[in-house]
Amino acid sequence: MSGFLNGLLRLRRGPWEMLASILIGLGIFMLMQPFFLWAFTWSFIVTLTGTVMFLIVSHFPE
Amino acid sequence: MSDTALDRVARATPPRVARRIRGFSDRAIAWIFVAPTIVLLLAINIFPLIWTIYLSFTNYRANRPNAVVEWVGFRNYQRILGDPEIWQTMQATAHFLFWTLFFQVLFGFALAWLINAKFRGSNLWTTIIVLPMMLSPAVVGNFWTFLYQPQIGIFNYAVAFVTGADPSSFSMIGDVRLAPWSIVIVDTWMWTPFVMLICLAGLRSIPESIYEAAECDRASKWRQFWTITVPMVLPFLMLAVLFRGIENFKMFDLVVQLTGGGPGSTTELTSINLKREAFEKWRTGYASAYAVILFVTVFGLASIYVKALNTVKNR
Repeated sequence: MSGFLNGLLRLRRGPWEMLASILIGLGIFMLMQPFFLWAFTWSFIVTLTGTVMFLIVSHFPE
Repeated sequence: MSDTALDRVARATPPRVARRIRGFSDRAIAWIFVAPTIVLLLAINIFPLIWTIYLSFTNYRANRPNAVVEWVGFRNYQRILGDPEIWQTMQATAHFLFWTLFFQVLFGFALAWLINAKFRGSNLWTTIIVLPMMLSPAVVGNFWTFLYQPQIGIFNYAVAFVTGADPSSFSMIGDVRLAPWSIVIVDTWMWTPFVMLICLAGLRSIPESIYEAAECDRASKWRQFWTITVPMVLPFLMLAVLFRGIENFKMFDLVVQLTGGGPGSTTELTSINLKREAFEKWRTGYASAYAVILFVTVFGLASIYVKALNTVKNR
């Protein structure tokens, strides 16, 4: 966990890509889940944030 | 003296053209060759994408080209993401996507495993199994509507033969509970061969020497399967899931022919709903926002999937 946080602080690609992937996954789950309409409403913002973050952080150093 | 293809091309080039080209750097010549592709890409992919994003912030209607176009900001996005009907189509798409991928991977891998055993007539069986994916989705959708007919359909008779139920007592396409499964069955029937072919390529790429070494180490067949076969086929399988996932997310023709999105809107997938908004209700700005949402979803999904694929390949 501390390695993950260190990677985030030092702007390393691995942990940031992981964070972006989690956001994308969460956004897609929120988009397609059958339980809460509010989750569906916020899903696009979450997916878009994750996708843009993924595009940016994939250029970070290893 | 040897006469290479390059020499022949140099001789065939008219002197005037040759003189002009001689003045260009290698980089300039490379750009001349690449430019048509870039121009086509910009015209066919990038420009429509940017234009769609622009339209998604307007109230433009394609059937009223002379009407005043107003900038509506994020209103289209707010309306889509607060609409319970669109939420319903997302759930229908999720059901279709999850179960088709599940069954196609399961049956595709099982069939590839069987065909790879190299029995007599395995090539003939491969050809027969691959036949459904060679058909047009519209044709498949059309003839499965006949197979699903409660009165005359073979599917109902086959189910009745196994379960003992009355063939006309259920309707796969007309029943709200069964209709989502009817499209899953047809898509699985049609596209399992595709997954099978990719898995078969993966299975045939595993060197026999690895299994021989495992035999020497007295590894059981079960252990060989989980420690050799599955890890080495996994990148191929993930590629198949990526292709089928993206295809099924935008599935249209097969479902339109089969159920038309019904009964009610139980099988109305996002692409069908999008087409209705864009070309039946003519709400182009609204439909553009809808398309942007779907694009971001597929793009995000494909990004993390390609990352996972690279991780598996580099293991």
